[in-house]
Amino acid sequence: MSDATLQGAQPRPSLLAADPRTRKRNAAEARFRAYGLGAILVSMVMLVILLFTILTGGIGAFRQTYLEIPVALDAAQLDKNGNRDPADLRKVLTLTYGKILQQSLEQSIADKGIAIAELSDKDVSGLISKEASAQLRNRVLADPELIGQTVEARVLVNGRVDGYYKGRVSMESAARDANTSPAQLQLADALKAQGMLATQWNWSFLTSPDASDQRPEAAGVGIAILGSLYMMLVVLVLSVPIGVAASIYLEEFAPKNRWTDIIEVNISNLAAVPSIVFGILGLAAFINFAGLPQSAPIVGGLVLTLMTLPTIIIATRAALKAVPPSIRDAALGVGASKMQSVFHHVLPLAMPGILTGTIIGLAQALGETAPLLLIGMVAFVKNFPSAPPDGLFEPASALPVQVYNWTQRADPAFIERASGAIIVLLVFLLCMNLLAILLRRKFERRW
Amino acid sequence: MPVSWTLLVVLALAGAGYLVARARVVAMAGGDVRRLHSRPSYHGWNAALLTALPALFLIAIWRFVQPAANPTPVAILALVLAAAGLGLALFRAAPGFRARNAVETMVKGLLILCSSIAILTTAGIVFSMLFETGHFFQKYSWHEFFFGTTWSPRFGGGSQLGILPLLWGTIYISLIALAVSVPIGLFAAIYMSEYASARLRGVAKPMIEVLAGIPTIVYGLFALITVGPMLRDYFAQPLGLGNSGSSVMTAGLVMGIMLIPFVSSLSDDIINAVPQSLRDGALGLGSTQSETVRKVVLPAALPGIVGAVLLAASRAIGETMIVVLGAGAAARMDLNPFEAMTTITVKIVSQLTGDNDFAAPETLVAFALGLTLFVITLGLNIVALYVVRKYREQYE
Repeated sequence: MSDATLQGAQPRPSLLAADPRTRKRNAAEARFRAYGLGAILVSMVMLVILLFTILTGGIGAFRQTYLEIPVALDAAQLDKNGNRDPADLRKVLTLTYGKILQQSLEQSIADKGIAIAELSDKDVSGLISKEASAQLRNRVLADPELIGQTVEARVLVNGRVDGYYKGRVSMESAARDANTSPAQLQLADALKAQGMLATQWNWSFLTSPDASDQRPEAAGVGIAILGSLYMMLVVLVLSVPIGVAASIYLEEFAPKNRWTDIIEVNISNLAAVPSIVFGILGLAAFINFAGLPQSAPIVGGLVLTLMTLPTIIIATRAALKAVPPSIRDAALGVGASKMQSVFHHVLPLAMPGILTGTIIGLAQALGETAPLLLIGMVAFVKNFPSAPPDGLFEPASALPVQVYNWTQRADPAFIERASGAIIVLLVFLLCMNLLAILLRRKFERRW
Repeated sequence: MPVSWTLLVVLALAGAGYLVARARVVAMAGGDVRRLHSRPSYHGWNAALLTALPALFLIAIWRFVQPAANPTPVAILALVLAAAGLGLALFRAAPGFRARNAVETMVKGLLILCSSIAILTTAGIVFSMLFETGHFFQKYSWHEFFFGTTWSPRFGGGSQLGILPLLWGTIYISLIALAVSVPIGLFAAIYMSEYASARLRGVAKPMIEVLAGIPTIVYGLFALITVGPMLRDYFAQPLGLGNSGSSVMTAGLVMGIMLIPFVSSLSDDIINAVPQSLRDGALGLGSTQSETVRKVVLPAALPGIVGAVLLAASRAIGETMIVVLGAGAAARMDLNPFEAMTTITVKIVSQLTGDNDFAAPETLVAFALGLTLFVITLGLNIVALYVVRKYREQYE
């Protein structure tokens, strides 16, 4: 007799009602599922919070408060000789233009009959950004005929006043702030009521260069965008041919021996080397050894090329591998050489995959910061680099480095600028990734 | 700029060589291309490559080795080389010349050269850091560097450059980052591959990939302006644990978020590589889905997951921008996670930005730190890649 009798175990009362052990197991199952779902939710929520804080913090950088006042360009102050000679006009300092702006503002305040208690001269002159006088000077130097006339000028206002309209500065914080005062903010409110002060869309954020510590209202990402563009140009020109050539060799021609093994292991390891190590390499090899200039897009481009090469090689090899061997065999069968079969048939078929990989590699390079810090791209650059090829050797900034640079400044207005620069960067990345996805959709081919 | 002029002339010569050589062989064959060994354009390419390659190499090598020297002699030499190459090609052009073979050999040489750039890069990294690290250890004892517990660089001299506080900060932050990212990433991957409907996967997977595509500077800013102040105001100050916005916790949490997609996509691949038969067997014996995952799939995937965690650790150790903006600059060996600490990467950045004096140990120490970082991450990567590869083979 082999009847196994269950000793001590309770017979199951009903199939329909779960026993305690089943209930426990089912509960564990539900918990496990909930953990998984929770993990996904947590990562999605993090993504949303991250993007939300950056967007809300940075959107302000795209709007800027301007003051529109009539400015009397007094010939006695700006052109003492009265001959409109550009050389003489250049000798007039920005300071003088600052005074003219201040006088014009005082005049406007008097004309409009604005009276505010405790309004000091410093409050009036401080309302206008220090950058505004330089802008006015450039405008006059470009067109000396303006001297003696009264022109409508649209001038930047101080960063604190701008912050007041963006909710960063309040009357209470202004009372404690040495750079502004409640009276100044009241003046701004009064001017706004007269329609002279308005917060508008700010193109100059995208086109103007960086500005010094005291002038956050004038800072822009123009040079940073240009510098990033130059670097991407270098990366594109160097890394695509080199990466594709290397992948073709490794995938199609390389014999299976120790040397190619070393190269392969090397490439997969290079892809995982911390980016800052590439910065050290760039500093030691390109700047100290080869003597290339600091902060130049060419050095940044070279370093980023070395960094993106593994990504491009890995993507290209995958694309080449996806082309079926029958294509190669057919080409060889009609008398093509190995090289012809690769260049005439395999490579064109692998092109969409290579393109996608290249764009993703470029997007990675565009957002990379750490190596650029080491090759001096943090320097303060005020002049736009000229057109390539010469411009590649002149100092420039880069978008991610500009973000870092602004986070190191004391004025909180720069944090808004940094978030704004990140929005610009993310828009570029989004466009590149969308392009990659579109290319993949359009040309994807299943064999 | 004589360099760009030389380049232009060389390229023009190469272009001319292409046209002349092609026309020449066609004329030699009496206009009948069937009498040629190679198609006419191969003869043209042969001339073009022979003209351009030696001259371009010369210019490239000289640009890199001696950028400051007087460019005229080298420019002349390059032009002479180009002319000689052109002459040789035209001299050899004949209907029976195996131009295709010649061109293909040259192209293959170029391909090999391109693929060895990866090796050159590694060699460049290792040598540039070894060289400067050697200089550093001539000025500062290696013993104090590796075992010193104080980090206080002083540009006047008498600095103490012990790596241990930096190493501690790096490891502490990485551990927090892993503690955040490994459970979340792993659970996300399990849910995605074992439970999720196609629709949820279609939404969640791209979103997690977006997280992976965001540059680290964005995470850094997030740490600086959002996470840091939040942790300080709601945790550190009420608990009396410090009042610094930048802290180990800030950097660790944000880095953890950054690593979630990395861990989840790697684990996803690995979990998908576990054969379906194992799952079917477990389910057939009556285990629930979670029991199948916990008792069958995960143990089978364990080596691969360990590899993924090691790769994530190497990313965390080498990460720079998040710690620069989130962790602080004070070198400290402390257990309090709400205290500002610093890492190897932060100190590399701070020692190498600004005006550098490459004779001072305070600057050179950055190279020693870089080499240490490189060795640690390389070690982790090699072990991880080995484990992952071994694991893949197991189920192929």
